[in-house]
Formats: sequence, structure tokens, C-alpha cells
Amino acid sequence: MDLDLNAPHSMGTTIIGVTYDGGVVLGADSRTSTGMYVANRASDKITQLTDNVYLCRSGSAADSQIVSDYVRHFLHQHTIQQGQPATVKVAANLIRLLAYGNKNMLQTGMIVGGWDKYEGGKIYGVPLGGTIVEQPFAIGGSGSSYLYGFFDQAWKDGMTKDEAEKLVVKAVSLAIARDGASGGVVRTVTINSEGVTRNFYAGDTLPLWHEELEPQNSLLDILSSAPIEPMRT
Amino acid sequence: MAQSVIEVPSKGGFSFDLCVRNDMLAKKGVQLPSYRKTGTTIVGLVYKDGVVLGADTRATEGSIVCDKNCEKIHYMAPNIYCCGAGTAADTEAVTDMVSSQLNLHRYATGRQSRVVTALTLLKTHLFSYQGQVSAALVLGGVDVTGPHLHTIYPHGSTDSLPYATMGSGSLAAMAMFESQYREGMTREEGIHLVSEAIRSGIFNDLGSGSNVDVCVITKDGTEYLRNHMLPNPRTYVSTRGFSFAKGQTEVLSTKIKQLKEKVVEVAVEGADAMEE
Repeated sequence: MDLDLNAPHSMGTTIIGVTYDGGVVLGADSRTSTGMYVANRASDKITQLTDNVYLCRSGSAADSQIVSDYVRHFLHQHTIQQGQPATVKVAANLIRLLAYGNKNMLQTGMIVGGWDKYEGGKIYGVPLGGTIVEQPFAIGGSGSSYLYGFFDQAWKDGMTKDEAEKLVVKAVSLAIARDGASGGVVRTVTINSEGVTRNFYAGDTLPLWHEELEPQNSLLDILSSAPIEPMRT
Repeated sequence: MAQSVIEVPSKGGFSFDLCVRNDMLAKKGVQLPSYRKTGTTIVGLVYKDGVVLGADTRATEGSIVCDKNCEKIHYMAPNIYCCGAGTAADTEAVTDMVSSQLNLHRYATGRQSRVVTALTLLKTHLFSYQGQVSAALVLGGVDVTGPHLHTIYPHGSTDSLPYATMGSGSLAAMAMFESQYREGMTREEGIHLVSEAIRSGIFNDLGSGSNVDVCVITKDGTEYLRNHMLPNPRTYVSTRGFSFAKGQTEVLSTKIKQLKEKVVEVAVEGADAMEE
């Protein structure tokens, strides 16, 4: 059994950022693992940077936490100096500065999302090498490989807030179903001119996909209810 | 004149001769001594009005138990304690260092230490050593913002959780928490569940053993319950010692031998041995 508890913490992750008409929706699963062990099944990978800018983290937990801690500190100073909220672009650029300058030390990919009065809702991807990509939607983490095709098909320009949030939850639950390193619950953060709303979707309330079974309190309940095919390896 | 040995001039700086020697010995199959590690079970949980921390008391060097009753719940501040797993030297050093920084910070501010302050100091230190300082910690405390429980990994990542386990016995202990933890437990329920989690580590994990230490932190004070449980008492030594009635051993034979007196005269010359 490959159960290396000394392995660095990595967030085999699914993270998503989507723009819609008037703001952005960020989404993430909640699994943090060390090797084969789930170290935290309810982690929060969408961290607050300022009142109006949030960050989805993937890769090494230690690296992404230190980056977000520094950027939060810099943005706080920046907000005080300017006397007004920092823009999403400034936040993304500070993250890029750290990610690019220390690219040999860091193993983390991030998605910045937020709303400001100049440019409205914006999503920036900051992947491994430390570049910035402004995108209408961004996906990241190990679970994102299962989602490229889905987003190419399902993402539409000018969605409503509810449509965007539904899309994010559906996408994360699809990735959780197929990616072993993603799991737990779905967390979303919606940011627009009104402010920020956080949402939480428990693991047993997520939609069921191909061959998935209804959640049960005990495996014995399944055995007594209906005959099912035994699992083969 | 034959030059048998090449003299290397001293250039100063570090000498890595012993590293080369150790490499050579390791390649020949010599087992180098290992660090003292605490194959450990440490846990913590948040209950109704505070935090309960727990730890086993076994310290190991490889497969040898080198301390059967060590302390793994370290003092950080009067309202903050920290359980340590990993290399004993590292957990001890890092908690002592941060504890002194917190003390100085209290002198400077005149305020009670906060758990997040300890958390940030620990994580930035561990991150800067990129996992080389092998300290896995469960940090718990109560401050002005309420009760807090965090886990800190050697690489510097942290989690905030209602219940947490660490060390080689973390899987056994987490099984207890996952099946029995509830929100809003009482003090007694908290201590009981923490003890049960440590016990499952002690009994099911080879790296953990001996006794259960518990620490309860509330806003009104801290209670350190050293050796709260002793599930592994020594049963093979009489607690009262041994005593035997006279005449228990049969006398088979008696022989008395007279010792001869032997006197040796030593002449002492001069007194120059004692001068001041």
C-alpha cells in the first residue's frame, strides 16, 4: 500500500472559475491528500484575498498557502495606500510576480477571480510556469483533464448567475466522479457588484453520474434492498 | 628523500572527510544511527467550550522504544499547547522557539497570544526549511476569538479542523473520530473520545504505545492531565518488592576459614608531596 504520510501535501484537485453576465463563479472540491491518505476531506481551496477577490488553489498545499498569504498581505497594504479596493488584475499580477519569480521552488497552479468597478467580473489563470492568462472560464487541477470537452460544449457567453453556478457545480461533481484525487463536497464563491456569496453542496446531495450508486448509510442496506452485480477487479 | 605521504596544506573552511567516510561505510552496508523519531499518535478536538489535545508517550529509535513515557504535548503559551510528531529534536526545537517568540510578543503587546499567531510563526518556519525540519503538529488553543484547532505539516501547509489526528497512528485515531465525533460535545465526552482515539493508536499502531496524555484548554484556564490513562502497566514486577521468611533456603554445608592478618609497613620519606 502506497500510504506515504511523509509525502508533501498536494491538492489533487478540481478548481474552476467561470465568468457570467455581471460577475464570476469560482468552484472547487474539498479533498487534500498525502499519498493515498485523505488528510482533509472538507478543505477550503477558495481563499479570500480581499473583499472582492478570491483565489482557487491547486498543487502543493504549502506552496499555494504561502503565496496566498503573501498576496493577501500585499493587497492589504495596497488597499490602504490607494484608499480603494484593489482590482482583480492587480491581485493576479502580484500572484504572477511570486509564481514566476520562484518558479523553481513552487508547485502550484492558481485561478484568480473577482469583481472590480473598472473591468467587472474577471477570471485569470496563473498556471505552473507563472504566466497570466485572462480567460472567460478557467479550469485547473488534476480533475480538469476530465472537463475540457465538457466546458467546450457547455460554456456559453452571457450566462445568468444561476446558470453559471449550476454549470460549476455540475462540472466539479463530474470531475469528482472520475478523478480519484478530487472528492468530498463542492464549494462555490460567487462575486459580483452586490458582493460575495459562498455556497456549499454536501457530497451526498451531488448529482449521480454513470454507474454511481445512491448514497447509503450502511453497505448492508444495499445488500438487503436489491441484488447488484459484485464488483470485479 | 622519498615522498611517502602527500601533505595537504590547510586551507581552512569545512572538512567533509567524515561525510565521505560515512558514505563509504553506508555503501558497505553499515547501519548509521537514526534520529530519535516519535512514531506517534497525536490528536485534538474542539468541544463545547474549548479544545482537548491528546498524545501517546512512546519515543522510538528505529524499532527500539527509547523512552516509554515521553511528553509530546508541548507548551506554547498559557492558553495554547501543541502536540508534536516526527523527529523529536525538531518538534521540541520548533515549539520552544515559537513559544519564546510568543512570550516576547506578549511582553511587547501586553495581550494574550492568539492561536493564529503561533500558527503563522510555525508554518513560515517549516515552509522556509522545505520539509527538512520534520515536525508534524496539532496546534490547539483558546483565545479572544474562541477555540481553535489546526494541523501543521512538515512542508508548511496548514488545515483548520473541528477534529484532527497526526503521526503514524493517525489512521487508527481518525477512525474513532470519524465514527464518534459530534458537534457541541461536553468536556467529559471530549476527554473520553480523545483518550479512545489515542488508545486505538497505542494498541493498533506499532509506532505508538505506553500512556495517554491529555490537555484541556478553555477560556478559563488549562488543565494538563499527564498520564491520564495507563493502559500498559508493568505486571511482571511486584509493586511491594519481594521478602522471604528466614530459613527458606536449605543450608547444605558450612565451612569457616580464618583470615590471616597481614601488616605492611610503608616508610614515608620527606613531606614534599604536600606543599602550597
